[in-house]
Amino acid sequence: MRKHVALLLMATTLVLVLVGCKSGAKDKGKTLTIVGSTSVEKLIISLSDRFSVANEGYTFDVQAPGSSAGVKAAIDGTADFGMASRDLTQAEKQQGVDEHVIALDGIAVVVHPDNPVSDLTADQITDIFAGRTTNWKEVGGNDQEILLVSREAGSGTRSAFEELLNLIEDKQSLIAEERAIFAESTNSVAQNVQDKVEAIGYISLGSMRPGVKALAVDGVTCTVENVQAGTYKITRPFLLLTKGELTADMQAFLDFILSDEGQTVVIEEGFIPVK
Amino acid sequence: MWPVRKLTERVTAALFLTCAGIAVLAVALISLFIFLRGGPVIAEIGLGKFLFGTTWQPSADIYGIWPMIVASILSGLMAVTLGAAIGLLTAVFLVEIATGPWQSLLRPAIDLLAGVPSVVYGFFGLTTVVPLIRVLFGGPGNSLLAAVIILTIMVLPTITSIAVEALKAVPNDYREASLALGATKMQTIFRVLFPAARPGILAGVLLGTGRAIGETMAVLLVAGNRPRLPSSLIDPVRTLTGNIAYEMAYASGMHQDALFATGVVLFIFIMLLNLLVRFVVRERREN
Repeated sequence: MRKHVALLLMATTLVLVLVGCKSGAKDKGKTLTIVGSTSVEKLIISLSDRFSVANEGYTFDVQAPGSSAGVKAAIDGTADFGMASRDLTQAEKQQGVDEHVIALDGIAVVVHPDNPVSDLTADQITDIFAGRTTNWKEVGGNDQEILLVSREAGSGTRSAFEELLNLIEDKQSLIAEERAIFAESTNSVAQNVQDKVEAIGYISLGSMRPGVKALAVDGVTCTVENVQAGTYKITRPFLLLTKGELTADMQAFLDFILSDEGQTVVIEEGFIPVK
Repeated sequence: MWPVRKLTERVTAALFLTCAGIAVLAVALISLFIFLRGGPVIAEIGLGKFLFGTTWQPSADIYGIWPMIVASILSGLMAVTLGAAIGLLTAVFLVEIATGPWQSLLRPAIDLLAGVPSVVYGFFGLTTVVPLIRVLFGGPGNSLLAAVIILTIMVLPTITSIAVEALKAVPNDYREASLALGATKMQTIFRVLFPAARPGILAGVLLGTGRAIGETMAVLLVAGNRPRLPSSLIDPVRTLTGNIAYEMAYASGMHQDALFATGVVLFIFIMLLNLLVRFVVRERREN
């Protein structure tokens, strides 16, 4: 019996050793440190993967504690690049940080195609999602209770939507949960809105699809052109932030992002290219 | 020096032991991992606040999972009650009543039902059951009721096939004795066969409950995932499993730990159910 236990232990150790033996990271070459927004993180990781394929010897250290931390890291120089998914505040701008817009994120507010409402003000949308406006007739639609379709807490689209439409207060979401159903993906939001004539939801413009109708906001239709022109209101920039002179490596990465190839990655990730 | 045969014997035994060890090790590691990640955050939030809090607001670090516990228990129990009723009668029909053509149609159909992936159930629910509920009862359609209907269909194969085995295992003497005493076929089924097969049937029902409470993907698609206490059958609900699967993708920090803590609660639920199954099965052996 004791032998069996010993054998079992040996086998277990072997398994653990094998699992533990991940190939160590290559230490040679340049490391770029990028810190900031969780929303930008996924895009930056895709971009850095693509960049590393073409340019050997680069490694990336990407951390995502949030936009504000990204701005701070860029200012005090603890990171090569800061990431932010919002416009900088006046105070932040005064610290002398350079902004590079690498992508745009527009959020489409979508309703059922049969819904007669096709244009709302930003305030009306805020009121609807906060549960202050509960019937479509209050905003010129049919006499029907509004059903909200929202994403889960932690979703980048949801936090952007909440920030841009003042639906967050003291970190508390103001979205009226008791009037909402929750879908786990952009597709699921779109499917629910497509199936339910009284529903209203929000999806990333990059994932817009037929079957749902995007509302105009403050009279501006939700199109890629209007997002790029800055006239569509529910839009946020994805920024890389730097301070002072760029090193050759940083410049190379930035140039790659703004190149056609880099901007294709932006589109693939569901965001809107800068140009 | 060992003879070769004895050596082979030992090596094979050791190999088997290793294989068995992997399962045990996996369970041990998973439990350890979940409890290590989820335990501290429960202590931080407070057990009472976590279990019985009715507000789930991760952005503000408010974590109460009572609505999800209620949703899991309600949907599980209702689905199993319905599933048990339908499954038991199906099993009776299959074992005691059905003749050739029915047998050859029903058995494969039930087996097939067991093999359908849960996301397909979910998609079926989203595109047919949810709109049907909207038309019949109003509301958004994504609801507790939709979850119950889908889960009922999903637990049917488990309950039915185990009940079939349990009924088949009842010795023929019982049937003959009962019929010889002048009991009708139905009397025999309900008064003799059911009591004789009870532990097996019960084990099937409990396994079905485990499946219903543990089911994630199908429920996620049809339940509406609203983290509030439902006030009626057509209100959207979020289950424990749904909560984890739904928010894990983007969660970080304390939010993620709170999802692991949800896993701890779910884990305890399932462990209790499994203990119950073992208890019931042991009772059967002793009879």
